[in-house]
Amino acid sequence: MKAAVRLKPGTHFIEGNLALAEGAIAAGCRFMAGYPITPASEIPNRLSQLLPTVGGVFLQTEDEIAAICSAIGASWAGLKAMTATSGPGVSLMQENIGLAASTETPLVIVDVMRFGPSTGVPSVGLAGDVVQVARGSHGDYQIIALCPESPQEMYDHMIRAFNLAERFRCPVFVLPDGFIGHMREQVVIPPDQEIELAQRKIAPAGTTPLERQDFLDPEVAPMPVFGRGRQAHVTSSCHNGQGMRNLTDPEVMHAFATMPIEKILRHRDQIVEVAADYAPGDVVIVAYGTVARSARAAAQAARAQGLAVGTLCLKTLWPFADQEVAAAAQQARAVLVLENNTGQMLPYIKAEAAAHCPVQFLGPRLLGQIHEPNAVLTRVKEMMS
Amino acid sequence: MSLAEHPLRKYTRPHVKKTTTCPGCGNGIVAQAILWAIDELNREEGLSMDDFVFVSGIGCSAWIPSPLFAADTLHTTHGRPIAFATGVKLGLPRQKVLVASGDGDLAAIGGNHLIHAARRNIDLTVVMVNNGIYGMTGGQTAPTTPRGLNTITSPYGTMEPEFNVAAMVAAAGAPYVARWTTYHPRQLKRAIKKGIQKQGFSFIEAISQCPVQYGRVSKLGRATAILEHFRDHSLKLAKAREMSEEELAGKITVGEFCDRQAPELASQWSELRARLGKEQG
Repeated sequence: MKAAVRLKPGTHFIEGNLALAEGAIAAGCRFMAGYPITPASEIPNRLSQLLPTVGGVFLQTEDEIAAICSAIGASWAGLKAMTATSGPGVSLMQENIGLAASTETPLVIVDVMRFGPSTGVPSVGLAGDVVQVARGSHGDYQIIALCPESPQEMYDHMIRAFNLAERFRCPVFVLPDGFIGHMREQVVIPPDQEIELAQRKIAPAGTTPLERQDFLDPEVAPMPVFGRGRQAHVTSSCHNGQGMRNLTDPEVMHAFATMPIEKILRHRDQIVEVAADYAPGDVVIVAYGTVARSARAAAQAARAQGLAVGTLCLKTLWPFADQEVAAAAQQARAVLVLENNTGQMLPYIKAEAAAHCPVQFLGPRLLGQIHEPNAVLTRVKEMMS
Repeated sequence: MSLAEHPLRKYTRPHVKKTTTCPGCGNGIVAQAILWAIDELNREEGLSMDDFVFVSGIGCSAWIPSPLFAADTLHTTHGRPIAFATGVKLGLPRQKVLVASGDGDLAAIGGNHLIHAARRNIDLTVVMVNNGIYGMTGGQTAPTTPRGLNTITSPYGTMEPEFNVAAMVAAAGAPYVARWTTYHPRQLKRAIKKGIQKQGFSFIEAISQCPVQYGRVSKLGRATAILEHFRDHSLKLAKAREMSEEELAGKITVGEFCDRQAPELASQWSELRARLGKEQG
């Protein structure tokens, strides 16, 4: 085919997955590896057209394991790299998500979540992977996860995801569900020059690993990317700050596990984002992703009836917005948690909120269907009576 | 009196003064074969260690380049080094990317990546050290263990036939495939050198001795006894092709399984980008 063309700056009416692909290119992504899977396939479909036109590479791999491994390899080659999949693919990627975290590799992983467990229902959205992306790989580690609630945020969050990955040298997830992936809505694409892009720091030339700190710096070490004579030593085994394997020193083991976590948590204020719209005494509805739309609709309907109802929508799921949830609960009359699952984030929210006010959970009437705003409103009224 | 430095020492990290391999292991012979090949390419073509990225998986032989080699080294998860190397090569098409790993890593848990990299024909050089056993974990059956051998996990004898990995990789489309043993270090070096020079997927199988685990379960014993076994049972491919399956039982066929040209993936990507770049002006 002839060279594909990126969407021009301006207002478009497009599907979430396509907005996400445009956002990836605008963010500077130059490598994508992926394996076809519903409801994420439009992302590799589109990026296979666009990437070679901007000097990038698209690789369709034999499975999702190869997808994440080759994306990590491309990141060490110096490219902004990503993969995109759905829950079953993330399950396959888990071991190497841990490798990316422990080798401090900048990487963006898109998980367009679908109804599970197992093969489940590919085309129906469910927020089923919100904990597995943070806790699915073995050992202790920390990732960043963003949670878009509209096609516009699919575009915006991709730019933020690549910037955070470059800034903090870690895997960053973008977690829409299948509804947002396939939703068509207005998306405003800014001109490239208005988009602020972050680039990873590179280890100084003419040095070898023993003269540098390449890993385990809570302020984020410059990356010794390959192909520049840095003699980088990168290993998934326990390693010290120079990257050298050490399986005997308990101090090194402790630092190997904790420093990549500390690196992110220390900067949580630069990462965690919420949309807070509540007043003291409100029943505060906490939600994220697609369900945040129902939360806002319910709050709007409640306010129209003179009821004191607010919302706290989580834009980032990890690191968890602990302070923001606690602050809301301190002022709230009660907290109502909405999730399109059986309550995966609920224990984390309760841990921050339950000491300050009553906390209730509401799933959709049928799992996998979006919450009816009226059903949310009915529950809010019950909580007030 | 000054101590003479090993001629390959300049290619290894100065602070690495010991390896993790057992006495008598074939890893040293394979590591030398790789570095002698690079040394020749250094003198003939000016290649240096800065032109290489070494990728390895999990297992004893994955520790050949990491941490020893003074170059970019990437030590990955079990079975996946070829998948990582594919991303490195597509991101840095001018670098030489060499994978060194074992038979369990590349032919068992990572078998699918090996087949597809050969089919894709991406310019990697893969050196598979085949010791016929899981050495690091204590002598369990590998897909390369000869049928009938009593191992730790096949105490009554293995019932499965062994994998002919080199033939499988050649059948999957790799343009260069060779097999030698650690009894043939010069041939091994030449094959690795040819593999590095070949633009495309190259696979060099190095049948290697594991005296500690394989020597024990096979009752071949010491490293020298296993090397003598390699010497006495190796057979050139050309000769093997004239023999029946029964006659070939217990033999190790060595030589070049294929040496041909085929369109390579990373260079095709460069051509595509150039064409689209021209179209866009």
